[in-house]
Amino acid sequence: MTGKRNSGKDGDPGDSGRPDKDKLYVPSLVEAQAEVSAKRPRTDRDAPKTEPSAGSRPHGGQRLATLAEADATTEALYARHKKVYPRQVHGFFADLRVLMVALTLGTFYGLPWLNWGADRQAFLIDLPGRKFNFFFWTFWPQDLFYLAVILILSALLLFFFTAIFGRVWCGFTCPQTVWTEVFLWIERKIDGDRMKQMKLARQPWNGEKVARRTAKYGAWVLFSLWTGFTFVGFFTPIRELAQAAFAFQLSAWETFWIFFYGFATFGNAGFLREQVCLYMCPYARFQGAMFDPNTLIISYDEKRGEPRGARGRVVDPKSQNLGDCIDCTLCVQVCPTGIDIRKGLQYQCIACAACVDVCDTVMDKMGYPRGLIRYTTENALEGKPSRILRPRVLVYGSLLAAIAVALVVSVLLRVPLDVDVVRDRNSLYRETNEGWIENVYTLRVLNMDDRPHRYRVSATGIDGLTLLTDVERLAIETGQVREIAVRLQADPAVLTERSTRVTFRVEAEDSPGLIATEEARFLGPGRL
Amino acid sequence: MADFTSGFWNWYIFILLVLSFAFCFALIIWMSRGKRPAKVETMGHVWDGDLAEYNNPLPMWWLYMFYITLVFGIVYLLLYPGSGVYGGLLKWSGVGQWQKEVDRAEAKFGPLYDKYRGQDLKAVAADDEANRMGRRLYMTYCTSCHGSDAGGGPGYPNLRDGDWLYGGQPEQIKTTIAAGRLGVMPAWGAMLGVDGVLNVSEYVLSLSGRKVNADAAAAGKEKFQQICAACHGADGKGNQALGAPNLTDNVWLYGGSQQAVIKTITEGRNGRMPAHGEFLGEAKVHLLAAYVYSLSNQPEAKAAK
Repeated sequence: MTGKRNSGKDGDPGDSGRPDKDKLYVPSLVEAQAEVSAKRPRTDRDAPKTEPSAGSRPHGGQRLATLAEADATTEALYARHKKVYPRQVHGFFADLRVLMVALTLGTFYGLPWLNWGADRQAFLIDLPGRKFNFFFWTFWPQDLFYLAVILILSALLLFFFTAIFGRVWCGFTCPQTVWTEVFLWIERKIDGDRMKQMKLARQPWNGEKVARRTAKYGAWVLFSLWTGFTFVGFFTPIRELAQAAFAFQLSAWETFWIFFYGFATFGNAGFLREQVCLYMCPYARFQGAMFDPNTLIISYDEKRGEPRGARGRVVDPKSQNLGDCIDCTLCVQVCPTGIDIRKGLQYQCIACAACVDVCDTVMDKMGYPRGLIRYTTENALEGKPSRILRPRVLVYGSLLAAIAVALVVSVLLRVPLDVDVVRDRNSLYRETNEGWIENVYTLRVLNMDDRPHRYRVSATGIDGLTLLTDVERLAIETGQVREIAVRLQADPAVLTERSTRVTFRVEAEDSPGLIATEEARFLGPGRL
Repeated sequence: MADFTSGFWNWYIFILLVLSFAFCFALIIWMSRGKRPAKVETMGHVWDGDLAEYNNPLPMWWLYMFYITLVFGIVYLLLYPGSGVYGGLLKWSGVGQWQKEVDRAEAKFGPLYDKYRGQDLKAVAADDEANRMGRRLYMTYCTSCHGSDAGGGPGYPNLRDGDWLYGGQPEQIKTTIAAGRLGVMPAWGAMLGVDGVLNVSEYVLSLSGRKVNADAAAAGKEKFQQICAACHGADGKGNQALGAPNLTDNVWLYGGSQQAVIKTITEGRNGRMPAHGEFLGEAKVHLLAAYVYSLSNQPEAKAAK
């Protein structure tokens, strides 16, 4: 990702904005980039705004300082994890996130309990039965194509929303964010808010700490197990699973997945939290490719805020030569990834807008206008107009619309009948005693419809082609596959090629339009 | 360990393994004590104008992951074969796992097969479920020669036409599957000469009602009675005890063209049906025999139902 807009801040800011050593300090890429750009030849866009010190920097293409020449003070190559204690925040975006948590988790925990019809789980991925219930549809492994399209669609949706709104996915709907939000809520209910949590962490192990820790981890574990249970409920009928769970009769695999998924929830949402975003998530790293100056980002308005500093509520900041930032550091305290948004756009920022909410409350208290930290675009920050419709968005949007329409149409037109033709491999062809050339095939017919059908099989492609089979009535139950051996006989006189294309056609006798065709080769001696 | 003729390569692997583990541990311990400047510095690489490489610290839990990986490796090599010299605490082997799975399948499916084992073959042939099982067995073990429709192919008998080389009674079919058959047609080219072979072929084709040269066939008939009748019978109807085919029914194992018949007489034929008794076991052979019987005895099988 880029942080070009911040490259002019070389002279400053760090020292006042940087939290002290024992607080969490994540060196930001943007900050680092600022240092680089300070050592590069300047361009017009990079021109310093106010800092007098910047002018004194060398202008030429100076070599950057390397490790060997660096400061003698050293630290280990591995940094200990410093727990982030995000302060609770209220406001529009916090409410929006609660709403999204309710929606996404409500869907996750509720969906498996939903039935479609009397005894059919509406959403069930039946792996042993190799079918997927999706409300009134049933999909088979042959329909895997649709899954691929849905995945492509999801990726495009992500690109589309990222190009316009930035990392809203991260801040409001990502499972990591959503589950962490619930775990934070539990933590707050048991330990209290940020200050109490930090105090509890510092204090020695006494009765209170043991009690609170037991309560917290216990609640986390219960919630995690419920999560694992629900996850397994997507793959095995959840009502039966619940009965088995209460009777302690879960199968080995069910037990494994409940505990494995539960453990992953417990670890990711309870402990790893922002580490997942920082060190594991690929999306955090490649999102930069989808950003442009018109993309919504969360940004601190440096022009308005600087120079920052504490001041009384009644003092006119201009008289003190101060900007609107009162340097209360609340934006740092609420940040779930522990960064300082005032240092500019950083890859750690998940765009959760907690800093926007908290800064707005502070601005309200101070009587300043809201929006010192706000959703904005790089163009808007520079005073240029922002455009929503731009080639990138139009391309993503039209691709998205085209694929979505194609998916819906193809699902609606889907024929719930599948035919595979397997040609016998034991011989190329055989001559019957009557002098015909005969090829043998196995037809695998799958009835994907929700009721049984009777089918008729025919073949075309060669004049006078005869189809023989032992199965007189090809009746197939719903969801069943039947294999039938089929012989095709042709007159060698009309076979001009060694290999001729033939087409098998399977159609339901009892339901017009339910037709599947499949091509195969008919081998013969060729022109004699 | 039997893959090698001496212990050299086993120890070669083991020593490499020990050295690798020692090296990895040393490297990680060394790196865990490594130092970097307290201030995050650039490594001196810049791309695209403002994308720079920095020596940010790695999170500590990454270091733990390295250790966990190494410990996992050691535990794995203690449990499973892989260290070259030690077979592992679990005594695991590929053959052992295969045997275990076979035993499990045997225990699960054995009773299904055994259910039909004691029944009369004709009754089994009339049983739908038995036929489905038989068909699956047939598709696995028989189709590669006899075809998925059991129609056979050049040199492989058709199993559905009611014509049998060794007899079509259920027990005879079962014997064929279990013990195999060896069908030998000797080569008569040297004894008969080119003309003799041609004449005999004309006669043989005439037995199936083909249009032939009457003079040649008459000459061939003489030779046939001298030589061929010993196995195929004076009337050419064959002998199932020997597996000598019936030559009068226009069913041709190796092809019914005159060319093919001449080749058969001149060079002889060797047909071999492998024995499956030991390989498949009595219960499966029983089901297969019933299925094969049912192919050419549909009405009877259905009537028996």
